[in-house]
Order: sequence, then structure tokens, then C-alpha cells
Amino acid sequence: MTTRRMTYREAVREALRESLTRDKRVFLMGEDVNRYGGAYACSLGLPAEFGDERIRDAPLSESAFVGAGIGAALGGMRPIVEIMTINFSLLALDQIVNSAATLRHMSGGQFSVPIVIRMATGAGRQLAAQHSHSLEGWYGHIPGIRVLAPATVADARGMLWPALMNPDPVVIMEHATLYNEEDELPTEGDMSVDIGKAAKRREGADATVIAHSACVKKALDAADMLASEGINCEVIDLRILRPLDDETIIASVRKTHRAIIVDEAWRSGSLAAEISSRITEQAFYDLDAPVARVCGAEVPIPYPRHLELAALPQPQSIAAAVRKAMRR
Amino acid sequence: MRNIADDRVHLTREHAFELLRQMTRIRRFEEKCAELYTQEKIRGFLHLYIGEEANAVGVISTLSEDEAIVATYREHGHALVRGLPMNEVMAEMFGKAAGSSRGRGGSMHIFSARHRFFGGNAIVAGGLPLAVGLALADKMVGIERATCCFFGEGAAAEGEFHESLNLAALWHLPVLFVCENNLYAMGTALARSQSNPSISERAAVYGIESEAVDGMNVVDVEAAARRAVHAVRRGEGPRFIEAMTYRFRAHSMFDPDLYREKAEIEEWKKRDPIMLFADWALSAGILHQDDRQEIEAGVAQEIDAAVAFAEAADWEPVEDLVKDVISPPETVP
Repeated sequence: MTTRRMTYREAVREALRESLTRDKRVFLMGEDVNRYGGAYACSLGLPAEFGDERIRDAPLSESAFVGAGIGAALGGMRPIVEIMTINFSLLALDQIVNSAATLRHMSGGQFSVPIVIRMATGAGRQLAAQHSHSLEGWYGHIPGIRVLAPATVADARGMLWPALMNPDPVVIMEHATLYNEEDELPTEGDMSVDIGKAAKRREGADATVIAHSACVKKALDAADMLASEGINCEVIDLRILRPLDDETIIASVRKTHRAIIVDEAWRSGSLAAEISSRITEQAFYDLDAPVARVCGAEVPIPYPRHLELAALPQPQSIAAAVRKAMRR
Repeated sequence: MRNIADDRVHLTREHAFELLRQMTRIRRFEEKCAELYTQEKIRGFLHLYIGEEANAVGVISTLSEDEAIVATYREHGHALVRGLPMNEVMAEMFGKAAGSSRGRGGSMHIFSARHRFFGGNAIVAGGLPLAVGLALADKMVGIERATCCFFGEGAAAEGEFHESLNLAALWHLPVLFVCENNLYAMGTALARSQSNPSISERAAVYGIESEAVDGMNVVDVEAAARRAVHAVRRGEGPRFIEAMTYRFRAHSMFDPDLYREKAEIEEWKKRDPIMLFADWALSAGILHQDDRQEIEAGVAQEIDAAVAFAEAADWEPVEDLVKDVISPPETVP
């Protein structure tokens, strides 16, 4: 099979193009998506192909344009709404939580809200606190939505179409440091990926490292370091933050007997806390060591490089947590 | 077929009869709800529309059946005039599975997909962006119809009001915004909460043609709505109506109503929209005293049937607790 090399950004753009081409109900709406080309250049060039109606610049009104996306979905469209960063999504949280996530249940199953909301997330680009937070866990808390976190170029390419075909609201978190990542993808064929299952990114027998988004790469780097020490880590990429794929997580922990959860978000009340609880509830007697967590420091993400790096999980801190679980 | 050209209200006997009947249905339905609330048949928050009936009736009578409606938590009247069966609305008040939202929403969350009735929204101003989006969908696929959004004057203090009006005007969307200005946002009077108490003036700032109208006069409301909705359908962009109205009851059943003078309430009650319209129609010879009795008798029967229906209806089985949080897998293509 022939392959071609592309960046995560190009994968998102190609997925957008595919969706806009396949279904005329699909349109992209958000701040700076048209003339500017998208804050992360994901929609660059698309207006020339699809026009101003379908690549729709919205004013700085997160609540209104996310709400309008929900209304358009109710009206039969398949909107993709882009929010510049997860930090700004807080201004639209009312519409996402109180409308998108509740309408189906509250209406007795009468309404589906087939909207896809994409947003950039995460730290690592020295953008300081208001542009660097990881609030995926907050979204993972909400029943009624599906939350996806593509960590690879293939997932960035393959998650959008199934998300659009899902009748419920789907939130896609794209980590800002991943847009320049490159990978080989097949030249042709269906690129869609399963948006229900976690992925095993590395096989191992000694410990399970569970991560998502940009932390998957860090976990894999840690696993490489540990392999030279004779420790074989299994690395699970959650991919779907809600609903969590307990089956894959628990099966791996039952095999390795150790679990280390990596999460860029703050430890308190984090997704890592939830996963830790589930492992304790479902696989406590399989554990040879306490469940460990490597999370972001409990601090608004600082601007200086050295402090930002210190605030985030790193391959070294992940490796240290694995060694501790191995009593090495 | 809609008569696009005709902006005037034609007060035939049939039309006047229907306006009075619909207002009476809302009034008697809600009086019954208040009674059922004290009997604890209806629980939760119950926001009555009594005094404001002319607005739902005047506006909705101008809409066609496929034109979407977005309403607030004070939406029983809108739902009933829209054509949701009273049985289903009453069962929803009880929380029964036969309710319009399977009992999951209660008084504040009445929905009906088949009536294109999109709530029932208990977040102040939360419905405005939804209406903008419904209108956007219509515009993008080229359907010429209006989406109608009801909200209270309190919503004008929310960011979403301004964001939504900006979007609707900017994109020239077919939305009819109807502000039901009853002068109090819960217990806070207009002058205590709004820098400019004229909501229609504020809407006009966005370039939206807007009109303030006597919300106690169903004919005035209908006339304004008719002009506005026709303009919206013709593709002239959004329109805004501020209906000056008053609720005779407290904000909700929990509200001791300490923030306004009894005399003020009594003054407004002299302008009861049902009484005003009925008296005028009788004196003009359009309706007859017998018509009033016929309406009252018909409505009483409808309400009795609705209460009996709701009483007899089943509760949703507890096994269905988490049903419809997301779509069942079989609907996923």
C-alpha cells in the first residue's frame, strides 16, 4: 500500500475537506476560520473550494455561534464548530452543557443534536495560563456528549467523519502541540477510525501506561527509555474520553498488574482520578502496585519555558512513576 | 397557503372566536395547574403566564405549522397555542411518561419535534442562539420561513441576547425575536437591571427593525407579528417585537411576590387581555355572549380530560432512567 507523509494539521484539513465534500449539510463555523485560515491554519484554502457560506467566519461570540451550531443541527444541518482554544470554550459552556448535552434526554428522546465542536487544547507553546489549559476532564464529566482526543495524525484524519455521522454532540480536542506532528498515512481507502475504542500503541507486559492526546507521545518516549532498562510498558491511548473504554484499560491492567495514568490536566478531580477509580473498582485484586498518576502541576500554566515544562508530565516523570511501581 | 401580501388582521367571527378560545385555554389550564400544584400533583418550578396570554396567541396565530418556535420556562401557553395536545402538556406537568417530553422535563421543558416546538428552556437567553441556528439552517438550504423566539426582558441583560442579535442581523437570518416584557426579571424590576429599559431600542442598535407593542391587546400583537413575520419570510432579515405585558401571578409558585405593589398589580389587571378582547368583541358584535359560554364550557371539558389523562398515565419505568442520554446504537449509521 502506498503512503504519503502529512502533518496533523493537514490531516484535520483533509478530514474537513472530505466531510464538506461528502455531505452538503456539513459546514464549518468559527472565529477566523475563513479569511484568516483558522487560528491553527486547519481551514486554510477551504473557502476557495467551499465558499463563505460553508466556511463561515463567526464574530467573537462563543456562546452564540456554538448555540447557533446547536440550532442548525436541530434544523437538519451537520455543523462543525471550531472554538479557537478550550479556554474560550468556557464562554460557550452553557450552550454545550445546558443545551447540546441535555436536549435529547430532556425532550424524551425527540431531538438529536448532531454537532461536532472542535477545539485546540493543552500547553507547551509558552502561551501562559489563559491559552494553555487542559479541561478535557470537565467535558468528560458530562453525560450526553462524546469526547474525542486524537493523539495521532491518523486519528486526526479519521475521527471527524464518524463524529459527524454520530447523532449526538461530539467534542474533539486537538492538542496545540500536535499540529506539526507528521506521519505516514495510506494514500487511499477509508480513513475512518472507530470512535468507541481506546488504542494500544505499544505492547508490553510489565506496566500499563494510560495517556491521551499529546501525552501519548511522551508515554511512548518513556517506554522507549524503560525498555533499555528491561521494563516493557504497554501504552494505551484513550482516544475517547467519554465514554471511557473500560474494557481495554482493565484488560491491559489485568495483564501487566500495574497502572500509571498520565494526564496533562490538574490532578484534583481529573480524568486521571476517574480512571484510577475505575481500575481500583474493577481490577484491585489484579494490582501489584498502587495506581500511579502523573499529572499537570496544580498551577495555572506559567509562561517561562522551564516552569511550563516543569508543570507538565514529561517522559522522565512518567518513567520515574513506572520505576516506582516496579520497585526499581 | 400563506397570504404573503396581507399584513392586516382580519377579525372575522371565526378568527375572533379562536383568539378568545386560545387565550381562555391558557388561562384556565394554568389556573388548574396552580390548583394541582397546591395538591402536589405538579412539583418543581411552575411559572405561570397568566396575564400574558395575548402574546403567545397573537404571535403564534401568524406562524405556519412548520415554522419553529423556541420558548422559555414560561411556555405552557406557547405550547398549547402551537397545537401540542393539552393531554400531553398536562401529563408533562405531572412528570408522566405520556407527557410531551416523556415526563423528563416538567413544566419548564416542554418539547415537541412534530410541532417543531424546541422548548421550554430554563436558561435565560439560552434559546436565542438556538433560534439563530434554526434560522441559519433554513437560510442555508433555502427554505423561506421564520423561526420565532420568545424570551423575557431579563434576557436582554445576558450576553447571549446581544451575541445572538448581532449574528442574526449580520447574517440577515429569518428570525422573529419576541421579547415578552413583563417588567420583572424574577423579582428585579426593569429599571433596577437594565441601563436602557427599552429593549426594542437596544435591538434596533443592531440594525434590526423593531417595534414595541401593547402586549395586553391581542389584536395589536397579532398585527405587529403579522407585519414582522411576513418581512422575515420575504428575506428582509430578522425582526424584533417587544410586547409590553404583565404577569398577574408571582414569578413562580415559590415567589412571595414582595417586590411589587399590590396596587400596581390591580392596575394591570384592569387591562386583562382576555377581558379586554372579549368585551370589545362583544360590543362590536363580532362575538356573542353565547360564544363566551361555549368557549368556557369547551375549555373546561378539555382541561378535565387532560387532568384525567395525566392522572391515569403511567410513570416512566425506572429501568429507563438513563435512556436517551445519547442515541441508541441502532440509530447510528
